[in-house]
Amino acid sequence: MALTREQIAMRVARELQDGFYVNLGIGIPTLVANYVPSGMEVMLQSENGLLGMGPYPTEAQVDADMINAGKETVTAVTGAAIFSSAESFAMIRGGHVDLTVLGAFEVDVSGNIASYMIPGKLVKGMGGAMDLVAGAQNIVVTMTHADKHGNSKLLEQCTLPLTGVNCINKIVTDLAVIEIKDGAFHLIERAPGVSVEEIQQKTAGKLVVSGEVPEMAFD
Amino acid sequence: MAGFDKVVKTYEEAMAGLEDGMTVIAGGFGLCGIPEGLIAQIKNMGTKDLTFVSNNCGVDDFGLGILLAEKQIKKMISSYVGENAEFERQFLAGELEVELTPQGTLAEKMRAGGAGIPAFFTATGFGTPVAEGKETRQFNGRDYVLEESITGDFAIVRAWKADRYGNCIYRDTAMNFNPMAATAGKITVVEAEEIVEPGELKPTEIHTPGIYVNRVIQGSFEKRIERLTLRQ
Repeated sequence: MALTREQIAMRVARELQDGFYVNLGIGIPTLVANYVPSGMEVMLQSENGLLGMGPYPTEAQVDADMINAGKETVTAVTGAAIFSSAESFAMIRGGHVDLTVLGAFEVDVSGNIASYMIPGKLVKGMGGAMDLVAGAQNIVVTMTHADKHGNSKLLEQCTLPLTGVNCINKIVTDLAVIEIKDGAFHLIERAPGVSVEEIQQKTAGKLVVSGEVPEMAFD
Repeated sequence: MAGFDKVVKTYEEAMAGLEDGMTVIAGGFGLCGIPEGLIAQIKNMGTKDLTFVSNNCGVDDFGLGILLAEKQIKKMISSYVGENAEFERQFLAGELEVELTPQGTLAEKMRAGGAGIPAFFTATGFGTPVAEGKETRQFNGRDYVLEESITGDFAIVRAWKADRYGNCIYRDTAMNFNPMAATAGKITVVEAEEIVEPGELKPTEIHTPGIYVNRVIQGSFEKRIERLTLRQ
C-alpha cells in the first residue's frame, strides 16, 4: 500500500540525527516535526528568522509577532534564537542547516527540482525555496510518486521551470525511497506491499534496482 | 528637530517628500512586523506609480494590499505574492509588474544596498528563470549568479522600541526584513510601538543603530494575524 502523508513524514524522520538543525517546508515536511525519535534533540529553523521553532501556541500564548515561514502563529522552544531574514538566509546559504525537507512538483535524474511554478497558472513565487535548495548539503524531497492522473513526477528531465539544479539526492515518495546519483534514480526502499514493478512503471526517469529492495516497516 | 532627535509628531511629516514613481523598501513578512500607520499614510497621500520592495504584498484589506485599490503600486519586488484577489486581478490584467526574487536574495539585496555593495554572487537561482539575463561565474567549481543590490528613495520600518536618536530594537519574528530595510532607504522612517529616551535601550542590544534612521514616529498597531494556528 502507498504510504500516507504521516508515514512519509515518519520515514523522513529516520533521516534526522541528534543535534541536527533542520528546515521543514510547508505540507508533508511540516509533519516530520511530529515524529522526531524520542531521546533525540533537533532544532527547527524557520526562514523568516527563527531557530528553535516550537509547537503552535495555546490560545493564551498567541502572539502576532511570533510566526513561522508559513505565516502561522508558533512558539519558540527554550534556547531559541530570533534574528533578521538576512541572518536567516546567511545560515541557509552558508550551508549551516543540516537537513532541509521540502515538497516538489518534479525531480529528475540530474537532481534538478521544479517546485514553484506551473506555466499558465498564477505564479505566487518561490519564497525561500531557491535559497534552501542552493544552500543545503542534505535535502530530502517529499512528494507523491505520480500525479493524480498517474503521470510520474520522477523524470529524465524536469519539464517545469526549475527551483534549483543538481541539488537533490534523496526523495521519499508514497511508494519508495529513492537516491539520486550518477544520473539515475536508485531504488533504496519500497512501501509495504508495493512491488518493484509498480515503482518502475511509475518512474519515468532511469531507475536502477540492485538486488533485493527492502520493504519499509512501520510500528 | 534638534541634534539627533528624529521624532516627528505627524504621519504627514513622517512621509514628507514621497513622490510619484519612487521606490519604497518595506519591512515585514506577511502581515507580521509591518509599519501599518506609514502604509495608511501612503494611501492617504494618494502617491502613485510606486515600486515596492517587500517580501509580500499584504492581503486585500490590510498591509500593502490597501494600496492596490487606488492602483498606487506600479511594481512589486517580492518573493511570494498573490494572497489577495485584487493583486491577482491587476497582475493578470498586466496593470501590475512583479519581479519575483528568492527570499534570501531579496534580504541580501537590501542588506548589500544599505552597505554600499552594488552586487553579489549567489548560488541561489542558478539554472532557473531567476538567472535569465544575468551574469554567472564559477568559484571553486560551483556556479553563481550576479545579483544587484537594492536601495530605496524611502524605507518604512516597524520597530518595537526606538529611542529619540533612532536606535531600534525589534520584537520576536516581527524583526524579519525590518533591519535590512532600515539600512537601504535614502530616507528611513521608523514607526515604533514605543518611543523611549536615549539611554533606555542597552547599547549592546540595539538591532538598528540610529545612523540609518531619519525619522521616528509613535505608531499604533492592529497587528492582524494572517494564519491563526493553535495547539490541538
